[in-house]
Amino acid sequence: MPTTWERIVAGDSAIGPLMLPQMDELPCPIAAQIHDFDPDAHFTAKRLGSLDRMSQFAVVAAREAVADAGLEPDDATLAQADVVVGVSVGGMTTLDDSFQRLYREQRRSVHPLTIPKLMANAPASQISMDLGLHGNTFAVASACASGTHAIGLAYRAVLHGDCDIAITGGSEASITPGTMTGWSALRILSRDTCRPFSRNRSGLVLGEGSAILVLEEWEHAIARKARIYAELVGFGANADAGDLTSPDQAGAEGAMRRALASAGLDPTAIDYINAHGTGTLINDVVESRAIRAVFPSEKLPPVSSIKGVLGHCLGAAGAFEALATALALHHQIVPPTANCTEPDAECGLDVVPEGARQAVLRHALSNSFAFGGLNAVLAFGRSA
Amino acid sequence: MNILKVVQEIVAGQISRDPAEITEKTSLEEAGYDSLDVLETIFAIEERFKIRVPFDANDPRVKELKTVGDIARIVESALGEKAPA
Repeated sequence: MPTTWERIVAGDSAIGPLMLPQMDELPCPIAAQIHDFDPDAHFTAKRLGSLDRMSQFAVVAAREAVADAGLEPDDATLAQADVVVGVSVGGMTTLDDSFQRLYREQRRSVHPLTIPKLMANAPASQISMDLGLHGNTFAVASACASGTHAIGLAYRAVLHGDCDIAITGGSEASITPGTMTGWSALRILSRDTCRPFSRNRSGLVLGEGSAILVLEEWEHAIARKARIYAELVGFGANADAGDLTSPDQAGAEGAMRRALASAGLDPTAIDYINAHGTGTLINDVVESRAIRAVFPSEKLPPVSSIKGVLGHCLGAAGAFEALATALALHHQIVPPTANCTEPDAECGLDVVPEGARQAVLRHALSNSFAFGGLNAVLAFGRSA
Repeated sequence: MNILKVVQEIVAGQISRDPAEITEKTSLEEAGYDSLDVLETIFAIEERFKIRVPFDANDPRVKELKTVGDIARIVESALGEKAPA
């Protein structure tokens, strides 16, 4: 987590040449892949037999989050924690490998744990099993908003008194030959890099990884003197009920307004927005219009997208962005929009292209807008 | 091969219309096309002509793709770039 935040603040992009050794001809040239992850450093060989790459990421992130929160493994409240993890499609590495065996190698069998490895709830279940968590545990699938919806639902569970601690976020590991070919067919992938809100933006770049947060009931966290990065104060979500893939200004606006209402905040209380900012021609202009409609023109908060650094991690994107938003409030730093070399006047926002900025941040929003017309927005407040 | 005729058939099939109603000047938008129809049409053309059409949803020139004739012209151009055997 510290390294990820440092790279976000530095605008140090993880985007590089796509590596898919199974393919002779790549469907696109670039992605934000994790190359230095060594599963053997985290899991026994026996355990790895049941873990798709998305679950490996999720379990490692959850262990790190729980340790960072200062929770002991035998903590009784932790043992009752809910686990809610967003995943956009499921265990695509497992699925792709199985199909290679069947269709390319003409073999007649696949690994016996193929199904429990690829199921969408595998990351949530594997976190629960790894940490011994017995609360309400499930996956949330809402494409690119999965991580945001997951955190929003976990937040409501804590608010409702279901649990005092919830482990939540998102995980994604779908940079496989099959999925990348599918994305390429949508004709929205960039071939140079991800440039959110830049006039020369050329599309999105896929990424992978997992971000997991520990949500804790306020008084419980205070009582045990936990380090509190930020306070989650609101969640708003809705559906466009319109186009399958094109963003909708009214839907995006509505989700931000719902999050503000949920938090009981006036738009003028928001000092930063972590944008969905995919770097596609249409998302960035539609999201900008929605922001300009919700926030007064004389007090538009700075807006930035961290996808120029992390790429679009799909089901994990909203979780990475919630994490970045919480850390922005904690450090009182607005992260920059990396690779935005020509801020687009049509977007009409301060997208922090020049680099990270020190600022007084009271509250912040984190936006996610997904295929299927699903919008989700989290509202955070400064904890101290 | 009459490229325009094939494109007319593909467009008509996409929106369940009679190919005879579709002309070179037919506006895609007025015919009820949305962005996904364009995507599926380009794919159908690539499969039919065994070519790769350089279509990118992030290219601002996408907005210039307004009529059936415009699609036929990018097919012609892509066919022209196909290296002779």
